[in-house]
Amino acid sequence: MTYEISRRLLVAAAAGSALALSFATPAFAEVKLTFLVDNAAATVTASEALAAAFHAKNPDISVEVESRPGGGEGDNIVKTRLATGEMTDVFMYNTGSLFHALNPQQNMLDLTDESYQSDIMDTFKSVVSENGRIYGAPFRTTMGGGVLYNKKIYAELGLKVPKTWAEFMQNNAIIKEKTKAAPVIQTFKDTWTSQLFFLGDFYNVLQAVPTFPEDFTANKAKFATTPAAIKGFEHQEEVFKAGFLNEDFGSASYDDGLRMVSTGEGVHYPMLTFAIGNLFETYKENLDDVGFFALPGDDAANNGLTVWVGEGIYGYAQTEHPDEAKKFMAFVASKEGCDVQTKAIGALGPYMTKSCTLPDDVPSPTKDLVSYFAEGAKNAPALEFLSPVKGPALEQITVEIGSGIRSPIDGAKLYDEDVRKQALQLDLPGWE
Amino acid sequence: MTTQNKKGTRRAFAAAYPSWFYLPAAVIFGILFLFPTFASLFFSLTRWTLFKYSFIGLDNFRQFFSEPFLVWGLINTLIYAVVTSGSKVVLGMLLGILLTSNVMMRGLLRAIVFFPVLVSTIGVGITFTMLMHPTNGLINDVIAVLGVKGPAWLTDPRFALLSVAFVDVWKGVGLATVIYIAGIVSIPAEYYEAAKMDGANALQRFWNVTLPLARPATVTVIILSLIGGLRSFDLIWAMTKGGPGFTTDVVASVIYKQYQAGFYGLSTAGNVVLFVLVAAIVVPLSFFLNRREVEA
Repeated sequence: MTYEISRRLLVAAAAGSALALSFATPAFAEVKLTFLVDNAAATVTASEALAAAFHAKNPDISVEVESRPGGGEGDNIVKTRLATGEMTDVFMYNTGSLFHALNPQQNMLDLTDESYQSDIMDTFKSVVSENGRIYGAPFRTTMGGGVLYNKKIYAELGLKVPKTWAEFMQNNAIIKEKTKAAPVIQTFKDTWTSQLFFLGDFYNVLQAVPTFPEDFTANKAKFATTPAAIKGFEHQEEVFKAGFLNEDFGSASYDDGLRMVSTGEGVHYPMLTFAIGNLFETYKENLDDVGFFALPGDDAANNGLTVWVGEGIYGYAQTEHPDEAKKFMAFVASKEGCDVQTKAIGALGPYMTKSCTLPDDVPSPTKDLVSYFAEGAKNAPALEFLSPVKGPALEQITVEIGSGIRSPIDGAKLYDEDVRKQALQLDLPGWE
Repeated sequence: MTTQNKKGTRRAFAAAYPSWFYLPAAVIFGILFLFPTFASLFFSLTRWTLFKYSFIGLDNFRQFFSEPFLVWGLINTLIYAVVTSGSKVVLGMLLGILLTSNVMMRGLLRAIVFFPVLVSTIGVGITFTMLMHPTNGLINDVIAVLGVKGPAWLTDPRFALLSVAFVDVWKGVGLATVIYIAGIVSIPAEYYEAAKMDGANALQRFWNVTLPLARPATVTVIILSLIGGLRSFDLIWAMTKGGPGFTTDVVASVIYKQYQAGFYGLSTAGNVVLFVLVAAIVVPLSFFLNRREVEA
């Protein structure tokens, strides 16, 4: 008998505590949203500033910022959380090819009919849309992929910003001869940083082969058989073979790279301009010694920049608070949202909201970046915004080419293989 | 209470315990082991995005074996497993002999040898990554004092895999030593006395008494460290992430990268391959080593 009673007691106790728990939750009137972002210092600072400003305006909604690693590990976390139903109400993620891999129709709130869409640039809408529906709101700014350089050393040596690859190599030779600084900074500890010579050269690829993105997506064009497309790989090998790299290129990290280019330990750092945000955070006093230019191609008259559309923020389809989540996204995409971000991490580049403006005193690299968006200036989106196909092993391949382990043509063949897997996974027509 | 007791006694004639006693263990085993095993066998035959899957037969396995980095990964895995396992056997036995003899501060030395086993692998990996930094790491600073320029331990493809294997041995040799200490201590002292009476010197005593009688310890060390080496991942990931490029990729890191890239079906197929590979090497080896033991 005792056995029976104690079991009954246990059940009652368990049920009681479960009831107590379920009553406790709705006692708070305030709605709490969670916002998942990557853990780069600039991202977290900007997100927290946005959350605070939004809460000040809407006292009944609070936003908690949660951070995750960036790169491949971050992709993994986002995908796993979506698949297991554990995603936060609002989350930040890439636009373009990576966005499509998240199955937006199933996982994200539809933002097509939001009132602010008319204020968003079409370039942005096109990279967060699937089957004519819009799923993302712009977060942060448009970026350029090119070269951050140390202006102080350029001034000391009387160098000019190169418009062709040959001029770039000439500058490197002069820097190597006359200074102790490394002409080109590479930081392969953070493997993603190794891709810039290749990805940032896409403006030049597109000038030579305008149909490359469509042909590539349809499995008709290959990197290994398109001479213009593997120039990026060849350039990477050239700077390695010429001995232009910093001595510890294999073990240096992204942060080391930023330190080198801002303090003049190195001169050229191929990078995306979101790095300006990190420079603003960590090397503010040297920020105006840093400038930016597009990766040069062969034709000085046709010099232009490869552009990365900024990240998007998305609402989780199964969130319990869809209206509040949409309200928060509307705030981030508004002029007010832009101003909060500019105040928190500085002006990094042009925003994707039409009514947003930049202050007059933007940091020097941002000024250089913005000049590529001025009237008559030339730019083109990176390949990942024109084709859903991007191979995941690219960063390892570029590390190998950049360290002289693999030849450019071998790397291109390997990358074509890698890309095939992604195309199959996305179920694209023309691949098998 | 009384009725229950009676029931229990009656059952005892049929079996020691009622069979539903097995149920909790069976449920846990089923949910945590059997179900995932069969689910992964199934998903290894699909192209799977976590959101949806399509059945593609053996395509994943074909793809996996045509991966250019997989060949490297397989070779590296074997090199890594053999190098770490071999070094652990040799060093573990030498340390085991040293620490069972009458050395000073034996207890302290045993603790020191075992200490790295207790430290987190990721922590060890990150620490050694710092120490092995080519320009401001402690190791190359020390070598520089001798007037030699040390290599880029982790970023030169010629050294990277062996550098990681070295750290693995440093971290794992303590466990091998403990197994050897237990094995050597259990050898009866009479054998050594008899050998001494016959005039055997220290080397002969080691060769003819310690080595053959510590065989069970050797077998355990070889099998444990070989399995550990074959499926090794954490240390490699913490130190080189398979890099530079693909030069220190092992099978497990290739699988992990495919998982990261979202190729869930393909990486599951890789896990099936790894399972088969480890079983194919270790089961016959274990059979072979244990049979020899019985014959001896």
